[in-house]
Amino acid sequence: MNIFLTTISRDLKMAVRNPSSFLNPLMFFVISISLFPIAISPEAETLSRMAPGIFWVITMLSVLLTLNTLFHYDFDNGVLEQMIISHHSLSLILLAKTTAHWILSGLPIIILSPFLGMALFLSSESIIILILTLIIATPCLSLIGSIGASLVVGIKNSGMLLSLLILPLYIPILIFATSAISHAQSNQAIDGQLYFLGFFLVMSLIITPFLSALSLKISLE
Amino acid sequence: MSKLKVNNLSCQKGYNLLFENLSFEINSGDVLKISGPNGSGKTSLLRIIAGLSSFESGEIHYDSYKLNSEQYKLDFLYLGHLASLSPELSCIENLRYSSLLDANDLNNDHSMALKQVGLEKYENDLVGTLSAGQKKRIALSLLFITSSKVWLLDEPFSALDSKAIKIFENKIEDHCKQSGICILTTHQECNINNLREISL
Repeated sequence: MNIFLTTISRDLKMAVRNPSSFLNPLMFFVISISLFPIAISPEAETLSRMAPGIFWVITMLSVLLTLNTLFHYDFDNGVLEQMIISHHSLSLILLAKTTAHWILSGLPIIILSPFLGMALFLSSESIIILILTLIIATPCLSLIGSIGASLVVGIKNSGMLLSLLILPLYIPILIFATSAISHAQSNQAIDGQLYFLGFFLVMSLIITPFLSALSLKISLE
Repeated sequence: MSKLKVNNLSCQKGYNLLFENLSFEINSGDVLKISGPNGSGKTSLLRIIAGLSSFESGEIHYDSYKLNSEQYKLDFLYLGHLASLSPELSCIENLRYSSLLDANDLNNDHSMALKQVGLEKYENDLVGTLSAGQKKRIALSLLFITSSKVWLLDEPFSALDSKAIKIFENKIEDHCKQSGICILTTHQECNINNLREISL
């Protein structure tokens, strides 16, 4: 457990000392969402109807922007090699790195979402569901993304390849998360969508650290 | 008395056969220098022994432990030609994390290790602000706190001045006197007692 907590604190410390790595995608998130009312329509009805889709697409894209940095710096410095040959579980180390990635990319989005939700005229009930879907599903984005990041770690300018690999895996999350918010807006039951997102989170937590560790070993051979 | 035995090892990268049927044996107290021209497979050999790369054929035995088993990993220390340091962290923070990855002991005296390599003044400086030679010294300061028995050092003396090279040569000698094993690659001359050499 020591290696888990130490790795999280190390990654957070590094991010705080190089804030552009996580602030730029966050700025992208805020600016993109703020531009929609200007570009589409300032009407409350139109915006609140489109808000679930806008929110989730921008969330995915901003998380995707940060994925390249998940292993890239440690690969360039040779630290990743030391992680692989360490006697500690590589899956645990990678889970720690992914947790730090979520704290830096997913958590700020969750914190900002009520304010941006109000800008898109979402009702308070819908904002609560939006936050709930973000809490359940943004860790999935980081966990699934870690597989893609570990596969392309040795490839230069791999942003497009990473998007092609990962975006199809994000689609089920996009469908169920936006559907949950839309159903909540029309006072329909959303249990099914939340159960699915919860199932996705549990499965991601169980499977992705092992898959990331495996693909990282292959990438670094 | 530990023994590392490499038997008929062959390694191919792409279409290039780097080495074929390579065999050697190294016992506690020995230092082995692997020499050869650029691209002959020195780094690949160290990475294979460290468990980082796969090989075409052959066997590696270390006592009774399997390659990549937990005990094997605990007994081996691999320092590649990259310094394995994060520029955003200070010298002491980097050394603490490296020693945590190397073993599970955080009670080591990291400040003492930095003092041994002449970097006590830079303990809290960010690694990104240091020179290449100073970074190499920090990476190698792990040798002063590790409890690993087998050291695999890839170009350990590159970017180091003669004073620093002497410090680490002495450290390698001390390690081997205490029944350790060291395998290193370098293009420089080494003044280490009991040095054996194989060429690729």
